[in-house]
Amino acid sequence: MLYRSHVMVCGGTGCTSSGSDNVATAFVNEIKKAGLDKEVAVIRTGCFGLCELGPVVVIYPEGVFYSKMKPEYVPEIVEEHLLKGRPVTKYLFGETVTEKEIKPLEETTFYKKQMRVALRNCGIIDPEDIEEAIAMGAYEALGKVLATMTPEEVINEMKKSGLRGRGGGGFPTGLKWEFAYKQKETPKYVVCNADEGDPGAFMDRSIMEGDPHSVLEGMAIAGYAIGANHGVIYVRAEYPLAVKRLQIAIKQAREYGLLGENIFGTDFSFDVEIRFGAGAFVCGEETALLNSVMGRRGEPRPRPPYPAVKGLWNKPTIINNVETFANVPVIISNGAEWFSSIGTEKSKGTKVFALTGKVNRTGLIEVPMGTTLREIIFDIGGGIPDGKRFKAVQIGGPSGGCIPEEHLDTMIDYDSLISLGAMMGSGGLVVMDEDTCMVNVAKFFLEFIVDESCGKCAPCRIGTKRMLEILDKITSGKGEPEDIERLEKLATTVKDTALCGLGQTAPNAVLSTLRYFRNEYEAHINQKKCPAGVCQALLSYSIVADKCRGCGLCARNCPVNAISGQLKQPHVINQEACIKCGTCFEKCPFDAIVKQ
Amino acid sequence: MDKVTVTIDGITLEVPSNYTVLQACREAGIDIPTLCYAEGINEIGSCRLCVVEIDGVKNLAASCIYPVQNGMNIRTNTPRVREARRVNLELILSNHDRNCLTCIRNGKCELQDLAERFGITEIEFQGENVNYPLDDASPAIVRNPNKCVLCRRCIAECQEVQNVFAIGAVNRGFDTLVSSPFYVSLNDSPCISCGQCITACPTGALYEKDHIQRVYKALADKRKHVVVQTAPAVRVALGEEFGMPVGSIVTGKMAAALRRLGFDVVFDTDFGADLTIMEEGSELLERLKYGGKLPMITSCSPGWINFCEKYYPDFMENLSTCKSPHMMLGALIKTYYAEKMGWNPEDVFVVSVMPCTAKKVEIERPENVHDGLRDVDAVLTTRELARMIKEAGIDFVNLPDEEFDQPLGMSTGAAVIFGATGGVMEAALRTVSELVEGKPLDKIDFEEVRGLEGVREATVTVDGTDLKLAIVNGTGNARKLLDKIRSGEAEYHFIEIMGCPGGCITGGGQPIHHPNEMAEVRKLRAAAIYQADRNLPLRKSHENPAIKQIYEEYLGHPLSEKSHHLLHTHYSSKPLYRVTR
Repeated sequence: MLYRSHVMVCGGTGCTSSGSDNVATAFVNEIKKAGLDKEVAVIRTGCFGLCELGPVVVIYPEGVFYSKMKPEYVPEIVEEHLLKGRPVTKYLFGETVTEKEIKPLEETTFYKKQMRVALRNCGIIDPEDIEEAIAMGAYEALGKVLATMTPEEVINEMKKSGLRGRGGGGFPTGLKWEFAYKQKETPKYVVCNADEGDPGAFMDRSIMEGDPHSVLEGMAIAGYAIGANHGVIYVRAEYPLAVKRLQIAIKQAREYGLLGENIFGTDFSFDVEIRFGAGAFVCGEETALLNSVMGRRGEPRPRPPYPAVKGLWNKPTIINNVETFANVPVIISNGAEWFSSIGTEKSKGTKVFALTGKVNRTGLIEVPMGTTLREIIFDIGGGIPDGKRFKAVQIGGPSGGCIPEEHLDTMIDYDSLISLGAMMGSGGLVVMDEDTCMVNVAKFFLEFIVDESCGKCAPCRIGTKRMLEILDKITSGKGEPEDIERLEKLATTVKDTALCGLGQTAPNAVLSTLRYFRNEYEAHINQKKCPAGVCQALLSYSIVADKCRGCGLCARNCPVNAISGQLKQPHVINQEACIKCGTCFEKCPFDAIVKQ
Repeated sequence: MDKVTVTIDGITLEVPSNYTVLQACREAGIDIPTLCYAEGINEIGSCRLCVVEIDGVKNLAASCIYPVQNGMNIRTNTPRVREARRVNLELILSNHDRNCLTCIRNGKCELQDLAERFGITEIEFQGENVNYPLDDASPAIVRNPNKCVLCRRCIAECQEVQNVFAIGAVNRGFDTLVSSPFYVSLNDSPCISCGQCITACPTGALYEKDHIQRVYKALADKRKHVVVQTAPAVRVALGEEFGMPVGSIVTGKMAAALRRLGFDVVFDTDFGADLTIMEEGSELLERLKYGGKLPMITSCSPGWINFCEKYYPDFMENLSTCKSPHMMLGALIKTYYAEKMGWNPEDVFVVSVMPCTAKKVEIERPENVHDGLRDVDAVLTTRELARMIKEAGIDFVNLPDEEFDQPLGMSTGAAVIFGATGGVMEAALRTVSELVEGKPLDKIDFEEVRGLEGVREATVTVDGTDLKLAIVNGTGNARKLLDKIRSGEAEYHFIEIMGCPGGCITGGGQPIHHPNEMAEVRKLRAAAIYQADRNLPLRKSHENPAIKQIYEEYLGHPLSEKSHHLLHTHYSSKPLYRVTR
């Protein structure tokens, strides 16, 4: 069936939560009503990336970008655009609309500096139709590998490409495959780590939901390279749509002979099974993941031996992240030289980031390594909203660190970030402005770590908890001068002796905020003040007499009767009794209450 | 075995290539502090106290599990290492119930040793402490989670060694807890009360249910006739609690101490063991002659019985119907002996001193009640007896040797070897062989059934018949053997199964040593057992004159109706979990 027009409705994480399902349904209904259902197709695609402007709809052949879509806009679009050929500019992404023409997406500030390699098919294909993936080149690389390359050649190509693990570890992928390749024991395994646990991260999710075949193909190529016939994808249970898309993809790939016995008629067989997580961040750690797959408690184990030598069921196993696998087919197709021409000297290729926080254009982006943070936040991201000042950007989630303004021109790559006290992590970027309290940020991430610690080793189990208790003290106004020293001592030991990556990177948030924002800690401890005005216990609420009309609303709502005053007279808050709940501040209709 | 060269604190030495850094350091004369490490049993690297600096390794490495490599350069005592170990120990201490003075392991605690070794004088990191209730519902074992340091040694014993899976780690992070699944009490879990967890625990998180108080009460009660009996394995271990070398035989001092404690009569469980051989030997011969259920499996280890009833109820018919020696003796004390002394059986209070914690549960089994009376009223572990002796101020080491009371204190060498794995088998062979062949044994020692390996097989010819025998110690090994029998892979006539690795000599109630020393302890105590056997004038159960006397005067003959009534029992399958709503 050949359609004259395609309506691509984004089905990615952000757009789905802002209601793109209803938009898609509206399109289907209106198109049918208008009798256009044989001419215009409605496709649910993967993530376009500009989540801030979701729900997103892109209509081809024009390639125009409708943003912040609502079902009630759909009839007009069907009438005007689909029937009469006139895109409805008032619903389009503003930046693309100029006097003379509608600019293509690639020229917008959000997309101009991006380079979509791992995300190459997201937003373009219907992820539930293998033929669309194949039309975009899926499984060509696998064919090339099986027909013309030896396992050694594949591994060399991967080593030459310079691809490093995209899950956060940054270990050279080709080298990891080579270790497993050299092992004699069989059977070997290829495991895909799809446990994406960083809060707010959705890079792997988008790839699995938007282009699942890229992952399957990457795994199959890896299997051929190391000598494995069995693949396992470990997906976190909280991603049911990703699981569904993967299951459909696996089924279709098997039907087409692209997975299973004798792929492409060669004697290479490879099949994939899906295993679920159950709500543990620590199971993103490779040895904990393997334990979980084997039905044991999801706890890491000491290394050596490394999984490439003794992994799943004690056999040689490689574990790679979703994004790493998604890069593999395109490296094989376009060549290692092409891939290594992108990026910096030690960090090749591109990286997918989830750009979130206090930034105008939040969403999913992919940029060449070496792009600066300034470019990402201010060019692509459009800067800080509401005219606020940039303060810091957290990279790498709870295991990462924050980068302040003075380092904004750092080129993003694995090593430069580590030298700044942060880390690439899986690619979560949280932008913070002047209203963010950095001590509170450290506390937030440490709370997550304490909740997710597996509890096996003493430094992480108890050390992170003690660190959190100290941060609680500081943010509730009970900090002592020795607390910073205590934090640093604990941080050093936890970082130096924890059994796994979770514990070893747990102190990072604290260490990096101490490095760049020590003054905030000192203000909390010595002056009992929160400079950003966030920590409730350190704020004091007071009534500005000039503005107060004496309506008594605040006094009536105060849970501890701390406000006194006569009707129509300025009221007063008793600071000793005040529990700083902020109710009066919210209730006052005259903005007469200030918090500082 | 290949060797590699490593340098430790500037000292270069060669060590086997399969060594860990910790083992290499030991060779260099450096004792790295550990807490969670139990060689061959629990090697998980979780306490992080054994960390060392290794060139080329970014972070500090846990030496107990890090393998050596040729040319490795290791530093064990740098400021960085000392600070890390201190902080980790302080963290563990900060989440521990530090009331040492009122703790059962006061003076014998690995955490105390570490705190002293590191010179800890203050805990810098104070905060939330776990506060869990005591789990003391089990008649044998008490758990105090607030003393637990989460070393997981108990879990390793229960899961990997004993294959019982009664305890494991539950929850995660700071809330991690050693508990039974679904947070049930140990009493409602698959626990078999073998007590291997207690002997593996470095602190006071696990200990036996106290029977000392009820024994003191009985001793103080003028109306009660308090009779005590002692198991074979106790006499080769009790001395250790008083500083004597491992493997000291203290039979005489033990009897003397018991008298000084005020027990009215001091008998010997070994008599019960000889009796067991008479009954069980006859039972085996009957099954062999008349096609009874084979293989027959011994039944004197209540840990094994619990395991059988819970996990292998299909083997209950194979179990010997004999009670365990101390239960047989208890029953006789309250009938035959009470009659002889003109005592009202209700006024007789029998105390067994055992190397065992499961016996505390055994005495409460309804099957072990005769005529409304418990066979045995209290079980003291070897450790509990030692505490009583210490509290009384008795100078144990310098006590003169005394004899047991008669007639139920006389025993043979066949009885004392019950304490070691293979001992019951050998004792049975000595009697069965001689009785069936009708002539004295050529050699008394059946070396082929001795040894400490977990599963052993032997074939012994008795009167022309080849008897296929198996000897198992540790329930994990029992599983292996029974699974083979279930699948038809193996067949035997007679099997001895002891619940504890090594047999009673390293039972759950014995003096505690570090897990890394247990292999040596087992060897020394076993050697003492066989030495005690050689020291005795009589070495075959059927030669015991007191045994002959009791059959003549009271029981008639083995497997008589009276024997069945007093000395035999039955079994019933038990659920793995008791869940009440």
